[in-house]
Amino acid sequence: MTTPDYRLSQLETLEAESIHVIREVVAELERPVLLFSGGKDSIVMLELARKAFAPARIPFPVMHVDTGLNFPEVLEFRDRRVAELGVQLVVASVPDAIAAGTVKEEPNGSRNRIQTPVLLDAVEQHGFTALFGGARRDEDKARAKERVFSFRDEFGQWDPKNQRPELWDLYNGRIHLGESIRVFPLSNWTELDIWQYILRAEIAIPALYLAQERDVVERQGMRYAVNEFISPREGEQVRRESVRYRTVGDANLTAAVPSTATTVEEVIAEIAVTRMTERGATRGDDKVSDAAMEDRKKEGYF
Amino acid sequence: MTAAQHDAPVDVHSAAAEAAVEIATARKDILRIATAGSVDDGKSTLIGRLLYDSKAVFEDQYEAVERASAGGDYVNLALLTDGLRAEREQGITIDVAYRYFATPRRTFILADTPGHVQYTRNMVTGASTADLAIVLVDARKGMLEQSRRHAFLASLLRVPHLVVAVNKMDLVDWSEDTFEAIRDEFTAFAAKLDVPDLTVVPISALQGDNVVRRSERTPWYQGPSLLHHLEHVHVASDRNLVDVRFPVQYVIRPQSEAHHDYRGYAGTVASGVLRPGDEVQVLPSGLTTTIAGIDGPRGPVEEAFAPMAVTVRLTDDLDVSRGDLICRPANAPRVSQDLDALVCWMTDEPLRPRQRLAIKHTTRSVRAVVKELQYRLDINTLHREPGAGELGLNDIGRVRLRTTQPLFVDEYSRNRVTGRFILVDEATNATVGAGMLVPGT
Repeated sequence: MTTPDYRLSQLETLEAESIHVIREVVAELERPVLLFSGGKDSIVMLELARKAFAPARIPFPVMHVDTGLNFPEVLEFRDRRVAELGVQLVVASVPDAIAAGTVKEEPNGSRNRIQTPVLLDAVEQHGFTALFGGARRDEDKARAKERVFSFRDEFGQWDPKNQRPELWDLYNGRIHLGESIRVFPLSNWTELDIWQYILRAEIAIPALYLAQERDVVERQGMRYAVNEFISPREGEQVRRESVRYRTVGDANLTAAVPSTATTVEEVIAEIAVTRMTERGATRGDDKVSDAAMEDRKKEGYF
Repeated sequence: MTAAQHDAPVDVHSAAAEAAVEIATARKDILRIATAGSVDDGKSTLIGRLLYDSKAVFEDQYEAVERASAGGDYVNLALLTDGLRAEREQGITIDVAYRYFATPRRTFILADTPGHVQYTRNMVTGASTADLAIVLVDARKGMLEQSRRHAFLASLLRVPHLVVAVNKMDLVDWSEDTFEAIRDEFTAFAAKLDVPDLTVVPISALQGDNVVRRSERTPWYQGPSLLHHLEHVHVASDRNLVDVRFPVQYVIRPQSEAHHDYRGYAGTVASGVLRPGDEVQVLPSGLTTTIAGIDGPRGPVEEAFAPMAVTVRLTDDLDVSRGDLICRPANAPRVSQDLDALVCWMTDEPLRPRQRLAIKHTTRSVRAVVKELQYRLDINTLHREPGAGELGLNDIGRVRLRTTQPLFVDEYSRNRVTGRFILVDEATNATVGAGMLVPGT
């Protein structure tokens, strides 16, 4: 794949950069863990982790913060992938935390906010010092300002005004007891890079990302497929439509987009001409305010 | 968002989709850009313009900005880039923000850095990985102290390409004389720095002239538009393909049935080209062996060069660990505990002689003591101040360090990877300094 002038393509460059970051964490921090949601970004991140240590196994566990509101296809995918790679899976369960009374269900049904304390408890319980997340800087304005190695205090909080300078590829992973580092190996990838990489590297993804006919209802201009967690409300019309998911979050809140893309190539075609950010198009929970993500990150969210 | 957009799925077989796919999937390389300037120079507006005109801004982002700038005469494209609440409230850029856009020829990673002197550390951070730096100059004000500082920092970090965007040309009636005066002054200044490639472009970020397309309002300007220059600037020769430097990052030993005897040295190639069969030397042991094979992310490769992340297998079973370095026997870096460097200091508590610090150089972390602060550099006048007793926040000075263990170093001017390091405060764990190695005295 090399060119005569010794230049890497953008995908090869991003791949190399991510592998460098993942290896650096394992070399410098004692107990890393990779946050795996079954979404496309964490799938790519897991694949990069595999490549970083091949032919050895991935030398750290994978953690899923389970909100209890999963698409079943995603859970199946998670379990299959973890088994294939022979990695340990740690599940941090939001329903268990609700049952134990450590967090309270929010009135709007979103578990986005309450997954943060559940995540932090699991981190403390397992003594994880480095958490790999699949966030990309092109997703959100607050994320655009975050470091690849994002230092977090004992409460998992992000202090955007007091970030460590990050020079060259010399990452500073030094922490005191109780502190941790969130690591974002995909920081410089865009949504399109992720899809191109899935295509080129032939990475398996959950079928939710591809279009199929589903029963949908329309809420606030967005389409939600009827499922275990979404039932038609009074006055809502159920329509049969070809839709796909552009992001995979909680099944009660993630909207689908009208689509006829049934292959990864067609998904790339769709994204290449689409004029809406993925979060804006599909996530009810990011619309609250201009600084919604910044506020959540300060509380310890990814 | 409009209802229409949500109602119709994209026709993935349309000519437009096919063209978009062709552009999106073409083999491209990455150009890393750092921009410097203050809000007053129109830097955020310029970036907003590049993103918007190259269609990297999505509809909902643009609409959010349109809402936020309601009441003004034009959409405030600067709001596309200021991400943090305090930034929007104060109308300033606090931290480095990264932006992404692509054209059919290249993809761009843009580190958007604030221009005020108190944020020198952020500009250094943004410039550290850049192939090209854009310095903004307000055509009405000409070259200011700040413009000199930005150009100097870019040259200090050895960003190979420098672009001066003379902005707000609309406010000086597109005056060729104004532009030429600034261009000549800047060129004279850059001659005193180590700037291998300087390009000066007259633009109006607000109105888009010479940003993406050549403007009809500057018929006297024969050069490319800014984006055209970014797409075509030649960066292939910027890298060091001569000196083989491979810092060992991690040792891979599967210890599994299938790979019982596998022992590979994982790392990112710093410079040079490695090939199976090459005779190599391992530092610090000095032992020589040959490369048995190189494994890349997709299996064995015949060549490895920067910045590939690979795993090198050696024919002999040597004791090699993280922090060691693989090079060629006839071309080894200097092995030394004494470092002469220009250091940019990044924290409130000043750097002083006799201070102890942790140092991270390639994959090697050791401790160091400040033996001597030779001079502080006035980054506006470039004057050396030999009597300085300390380096304060955002100061740059020449420092001599002594390390507890040898490092394998090259001068930064020769090798941007083995010539750089960071300094870390061992008490707070904060990154407090960035160093670039210079020839010893």
